[in-house]
Amino acid sequence: MTAATALTQAFDAAAVRADFPILQQEVNGHPLIYLDNAATTQKPNAVIDAITDYYRNDNANVHRGAHALSDRATQKFEAAREAVAAFLNSPSSRQVIWVRGVTEAVNLVANTWGRSELREGDRVLLPYLEHHSDIVPWQMVCAETGSSVEPIPVLESGDIDLDALDSMLDERVKMVALNHVSNALGTVNPVQQIIGKAKAVGAKVFIDGAQAVAHWPLDVQALGCDFYAFSGHKLFGPTGIGALWGREELLDAMPPFLGGGEMIETVSFSGTTFNTLPFKFEAGTPNIAGVIGLGAAIDYVQSLDRAAAAAHEQDLLEYTLALAADIDGLSRVGHPREAVGIYSFLLAGCHPSDVGMLLDQQGIAVRTGHHCAQPLMAHYGVPGTARASYTIYNTREDVDALMAGIRKAKALFG
Amino acid sequence: MTDTNPFGHSVSSEDIVETLGFFDAWEDRYKYIIDLGKELPAMDDALHTEERLVRGCQSQVWIDTALENDRLQISVDSDAFIVKGLLAVVLAAYNNKTPAQVLAFNVDEYFEQLQLLNHLSPTRGNGLRAMVARIRQIAEAS
Repeated sequence: MTAATALTQAFDAAAVRADFPILQQEVNGHPLIYLDNAATTQKPNAVIDAITDYYRNDNANVHRGAHALSDRATQKFEAAREAVAAFLNSPSSRQVIWVRGVTEAVNLVANTWGRSELREGDRVLLPYLEHHSDIVPWQMVCAETGSSVEPIPVLESGDIDLDALDSMLDERVKMVALNHVSNALGTVNPVQQIIGKAKAVGAKVFIDGAQAVAHWPLDVQALGCDFYAFSGHKLFGPTGIGALWGREELLDAMPPFLGGGEMIETVSFSGTTFNTLPFKFEAGTPNIAGVIGLGAAIDYVQSLDRAAAAAHEQDLLEYTLALAADIDGLSRVGHPREAVGIYSFLLAGCHPSDVGMLLDQQGIAVRTGHHCAQPLMAHYGVPGTARASYTIYNTREDVDALMAGIRKAKALFG
Repeated sequence: MTDTNPFGHSVSSEDIVETLGFFDAWEDRYKYIIDLGKELPAMDDALHTEERLVRGCQSQVWIDTALENDRLQISVDSDAFIVKGLLAVVLAAYNNKTPAQVLAFNVDEYFEQLQLLNHLSPTRGNGLRAMVARIRQIAEAS
């Protein structure tokens, strides 16, 4: 028995699966096999119950009511912020800003830090691997500030070309923005190394942790990045809520993003002063239920043996690669040095969309298409890929079903 | 081109409804749809232009139309095989029809009858719904 199998057995994916009511259903007459976890993860009872409980018992606006419900809602709301701070190992919860998700976090930083710091001739570097949400906000701000967005080349393996990055870095590079893990290929980027290189020329670093948070514990202080963002719905939490973490001195210096209630200290028509962190960036009534649901999701994740969970996901990926080797015409896109449980693939003679439709007929949910990473797809010269992405509740049986499904799809085109 | 396209000529929407009705297993239904796609005449490479492209997030569709003797002659293509088959299904209903016939045809009911309505859903990024909308738009303008 290998170490991986021993750990897998130590991690009880079947017990985890029982926590997720949505997984107990049939789709097209087959038990649902949900392998689209990189798009969004399912929600455990603990999260669903926390949201329901909030609306049943505690619903009130936060930070303003002089009554019991508002006190309770505010307490839960701020307890979730503390939970995120602990989850990221942030020095303080003031550095945790609620956002709708990573997309809003990138827009916030690009529009506040970017607009106030970027000058003509400055450079923002992003790898080819990036998700559109990481590319487009910087393009918009750079176009207005006279700065440029430049792609960092990616090797055939799907790894960032670190030598190319070295040759691109100079003192005009003000920001390096990248995902911790590629959503399209599963590549785990060597962020620590890249942060070191960027810091050496004085650039700031924004890490999109959307695909990383569900897989292993994070430590923003050890990473040494300037900003880190994640979306709750990829961490078994609700949609529409996520967190932006930033270094305190940067957040303090940045102008506000959206104006409105909550983010102010005093308002008069001769001038307005802004609230302190984190409220300066949280205009209007926030997504209170979402925040409380995210807090419950973090508690749920922290209750698991995360090292065993990560080993379990690695086992699923290795098992997939072993089985895939036996299917002619089935190929993986990219073969990064290190990857999370994401298997991006092509089946010869089939379009990814065909594969997705035929798998759906068999109750198997995968993502197909360009994965919001058109530059990367162009890099590989493919219209898109089919992608199976694993998480804590997936099992080797799910991988068996996927491979049987792929064989069936192949036979239909044979 | 019109003489080599069976859809809307020798193959009608009724034929498709009847044939698909024979199959019980999903494998047979999809095999049939894939085969329908193979019967579509190849679209001239020169017609694969940006203006004829209906971009989907999962697959792409090209459409070219002409009005000949008050009948719409439609040629289509897709990079995905099942979508191509579904396009053939659409063409069986719309091709070689007058604009009035196109506008009178209830495509949702047709796809529901075929148990393929999910493919016509606007949430599917396959370009099929957008193509139907474009054909109806052309019929309205004709």
